[in-house]
Amino acid sequence: MLRVDTEERAGEVVTPRVAEPLARPGRSGTLSLFWSELGLTFRRWRTLALFAILAVIPVVVGIAVKIETRDGGVAGGGDGEGPAFLSQVTNNSLFLVFTSLAVTLPFFLPMAIGVIAGDAVAGEAGVGTLRYLLVAPAGRSRLLLAKANATAVFCAAAVLVVSVSALLTGMALFPVGDVTLLSGSTISFGDGLLRVLAVAGVVAASLLGLAAIGLFISTLTNSGIAAMATTVGVMITVQILDAIPQLDMIHPYLFPHYWLGFVDLVRDPVIWDQVQDNLVLQAVYVAIFGSAAWARFTTRDISA
Amino acid sequence: MHLSVPTTDAGAPQEEPALVTRGLTKRYRGGQLAVDGLDLSVPRGSVFGFLGPNGSGKTTTIRMLMGLIAPSAGAMRVLGQPMPRAARTVLPRVGALIEGPALYGFLSGWDNLVRFDSADPDADPGTRRERVGHALERVGLTSAAGKKARAYSLGMKQRLGLAAALLQPRELLVLDEPTNGLDPQGMREIRALVRELAADGTTVFLSSHLLDEIEHICTHAAVMARGRLVTQGTVADLAAGVHSHLVVGTPDPEDALRVLKEHGVLDLVAEGERVLGQLPGEDPPDLADLNAALVRAGVRVRAFGTERGSLEDAFVALTGEGFDVAG
Repeated sequence: MLRVDTEERAGEVVTPRVAEPLARPGRSGTLSLFWSELGLTFRRWRTLALFAILAVIPVVVGIAVKIETRDGGVAGGGDGEGPAFLSQVTNNSLFLVFTSLAVTLPFFLPMAIGVIAGDAVAGEAGVGTLRYLLVAPAGRSRLLLAKANATAVFCAAAVLVVSVSALLTGMALFPVGDVTLLSGSTISFGDGLLRVLAVAGVVAASLLGLAAIGLFISTLTNSGIAAMATTVGVMITVQILDAIPQLDMIHPYLFPHYWLGFVDLVRDPVIWDQVQDNLVLQAVYVAIFGSAAWARFTTRDISA
Repeated sequence: MHLSVPTTDAGAPQEEPALVTRGLTKRYRGGQLAVDGLDLSVPRGSVFGFLGPNGSGKTTTIRMLMGLIAPSAGAMRVLGQPMPRAARTVLPRVGALIEGPALYGFLSGWDNLVRFDSADPDADPGTRRERVGHALERVGLTSAAGKKARAYSLGMKQRLGLAAALLQPRELLVLDEPTNGLDPQGMREIRALVRELAADGTTVFLSSHLLDEIEHICTHAAVMARGRLVTQGTVADLAAGVHSHLVVGTPDPEDALRVLKEHGVLDLVAEGERVLGQLPGEDPPDLADLNAALVRAGVRVRAFGTERGSLEDAFVALTGEGFDVAG
């Protein structure tokens, strides 16, 4: 996926180099930038702090549910109040994963994505390292692609952190065993884990649209903070718009609209409509904002 | 540029300059003209000083040459190939330090270099450790390699930036103010390094606002002022454009002025206890006779001799202004 050559290459005769008569490095040289990008993202304290926040939330939710249901009461009042699945958590530990994802999806997960995606290009431009990457020469398309891929990996990792933390907390506090789905049928714990995996995958994919927006915003400015704040601001604004009933004609086009549609994966049989709509919508956002980011980044003057 | 002569294994005829621009112009969006019709030619193998006050368009020119910003007009070729179109094939052969170093503060010096090396698609990951180690050694940072870059002093950061430019053997080094922020010892070391690299055949394009730096290490120079090229040529030619002064140190400047005038010395001025003059171009008097004449006339002479015209004089003569003027 990183083999896209930069546009500068078209029509150029590749001249042999005086300094390095050896064979040119192959695939490993091409992938270096992506691995470097991943390392850069995941070794920062900031990333680890975001992961820590994401990991703590399921623990807090789990403990809260445990305390509230200590005397045999029903979590969430039993009348559908509170986050999705909350009332099922006491029945099966796996539901803590679904609950935790439902709790973090509206704010904490997208905030983390906003920070990473927003800072991706703007942060390097602000510090000045961007100019050294480009004269290395990283190639603008190649660098953007490496950053986009690293951001996508971060989306998956963030969801994974929430899921694993929720799973471990759930297994420590609540029953482990056959899972009764929302539709009333029962599946084995192993099958339940597969559902968890599917839900995590869909949630991670749900974040890609926002990641593309963040990356685009990141190419517009030399301030990482500004890009992060703008991305998070856009995320909040769009969610507010999504909650205003009078605007329901635009709702199907807003990237968070189908976020909680992953609920349908916990039914038997699975209802795919919303999940499908979500994935298509995210793909459209990635295409539009990915192209916009590319168009901007490959033509802009790097003056910082 | 297709010539029928056999080319060397560099792929370009060796006689083509390492760096050449034609009418290179950059107008920023606000309308400010940063670089105006620049025609620059940097011969292969030269140490080329790119000189000008802060704000004269040096860095903008370097950014254009390195493909970071697009020119508003004009063309440029680097190592025989058009920029920015051939960036992918040209830039791996170029090491650059642009407007000071920029580092990842949360990474060690070593990891910073690994990061920049990973960005070069031509860099072989198999030799990365070795090359990073060698680059650090060259700039004297081996012992600080494991330290976080944010803990580096400005001089160390500058060295690390240089190390990044030296990760591969380069044909051209573009160094923007490489001695900025260094102490005198560090400056000497960097200058020695530049000379060493040049001796290996690397073309060095070095921008500076320090005239004596250019005078000490460059073979060629170009002078920028307010976005325009004022002159370019060999350093010797540029300095030769300025005549030598006669300088006499004496506690009796009035008498000295009178005697020197009688012997045909021109443009005489007294600056405190120093008398400056210009020897006539045709039939100059013998300096020994001049000195003897001064002493015979009872002028007490402390110092006597000529001072070669400096690049600073050349610059003042060319631009009609002091060098410290920001454009």
